[in-house]
Amino acid sequence: MTRLNDVKNYKKNIKSYHPKTNYFLNGLKAFVIGGLICDLGEAVQKFYITFFDFNEKTAGDPTVATMILIASLLTGFGVYDKIGQFAGAGSLIPVTGFANSITSAALEHKSEGIVLGIATNLFKLAGSVIVFGVVSAAIFGLIRLTVNNLLG
Amino acid sequence: MRLGKQTWRFEHDLYIQSTGTCAGPLEGKGPLGDFFDKKYNELHCGEKNWEAAERKLMREAVDICLKNVNKKPEDIDFFMAGDLLNQTVTSNFIARETKIPYLGMFGACSTSMQTLALAAQFVDTGYADSVLVAVSSHNATAERQFRYPTEYGGSKPKTSTFTATGAASALVSQTPSSVKIKEATIGRVIDWGIADANDMGSAMAPAAADTIERHLKDTGRKPTDYDMIVTGDLSSVGSPIVRQLLWERGIDISEMHHDCGLMLYSPEQNVMAGGSGTACSAMVTYGYIVNLLKQKKIQRVFICATGALFNPTVNQQKETIPCVAHGVVLESAGGE
Repeated sequence: MTRLNDVKNYKKNIKSYHPKTNYFLNGLKAFVIGGLICDLGEAVQKFYITFFDFNEKTAGDPTVATMILIASLLTGFGVYDKIGQFAGAGSLIPVTGFANSITSAALEHKSEGIVLGIATNLFKLAGSVIVFGVVSAAIFGLIRLTVNNLLG
Repeated sequence: MRLGKQTWRFEHDLYIQSTGTCAGPLEGKGPLGDFFDKKYNELHCGEKNWEAAERKLMREAVDICLKNVNKKPEDIDFFMAGDLLNQTVTSNFIARETKIPYLGMFGACSTSMQTLALAAQFVDTGYADSVLVAVSSHNATAERQFRYPTEYGGSKPKTSTFTATGAASALVSQTPSSVKIKEATIGRVIDWGIADANDMGSAMAPAAADTIERHLKDTGRKPTDYDMIVTGDLSSVGSPIVRQLLWERGIDISEMHHDCGLMLYSPEQNVMAGGSGTACSAMVTYGYIVNLLKQKKIQRVFICATGALFNPTVNQQKETIPCVAHGVVLESAGGE
């Protein structure tokens, strides 16, 4: 009878009081918004190839830079966090999400000064992405080297 | 006089002589917006950073509270205040300005009733003639301290709460007014094993249930003796949990239970499970509930403010969240 007052199983029993997370809908939102962001990137790339002296290979750099600029501006205008709440992983994963994490940290810590505020805290959130990016690149590089040597 | 184990019944007639409330933009547009003394249209409140904005909110709330009764800071014996920032820095800085002998307090979101209960105790025992209490919280300063940068685009789960922006202040003395402070119940720290900082309603509900149960036991009253039993910040997740916990213990509060976190915002305002933050219960109490008591629309109310006593460091170390709830009984003394 006294179900919810059971301290040991409290964590389990309160589940029914929590609002349900609709994983399918969240996934769909992330897919659509993430896809739209990539579409925009594609359009920017086409723009650079058509109007400037870039080809498929070299257009990548200015495209990424432009996407970072757009995401940083949207962060500054206070829009990106609202997109993020709606899109979840859709706006978190692409390069724009990375730009947002850096710009938001810079904005947040501006009041503490340029060195101890902005510079120290800039990679507060993005730091983990860089660490895991570098570490996984090294590991996969080693795997690839080993496999290539074994096969070759 | 002590009743039972955890409750004080004040021997003298103690009153909330005056109140002052200051609200942020979302809170000002909420259902209780008309009850706040001052409202700001933007989160910076005209200041250059969030921390300064929070100080401005508390400063204004204190000023309004004192001006209402034509008092100056030097007329007040003690100042008890708290907020959510490290070292309760907002309160410390306001105390620097007011120069009233000061006790900084921390009880997370329960600080509102912690300060009020102790202020009443000071006045009741004669150690002070008048005590000023104040609390504040700010959405952006709390986000920065407990979560991520304000503009970071991570999505929050539906169980998470939204820190209210605002400040509220009250003056406690024996000078008659229309709101009496009758009793206070000091809560125990309860931890039922919730570690998710995005689900504080579930974490704090057992603490609220414990304090409410204790209070009723100590005073020998029934829930129906109250027009309202108000919890501070259990949100839409914790509110049904506290009602169920108490119902299973033979206490039915479903008819008179309200939650500050749900009263402060309307369902259309996108605040996930509801409001939280030190200012949330204080703004609702000193702005709205005190007004209901003044107009004699309600006679007796038990305000049980709940606080999650953790910080991000220990939370990331996977520790569970200890919670506390302190309650104060306010009664209408008529007038107005």
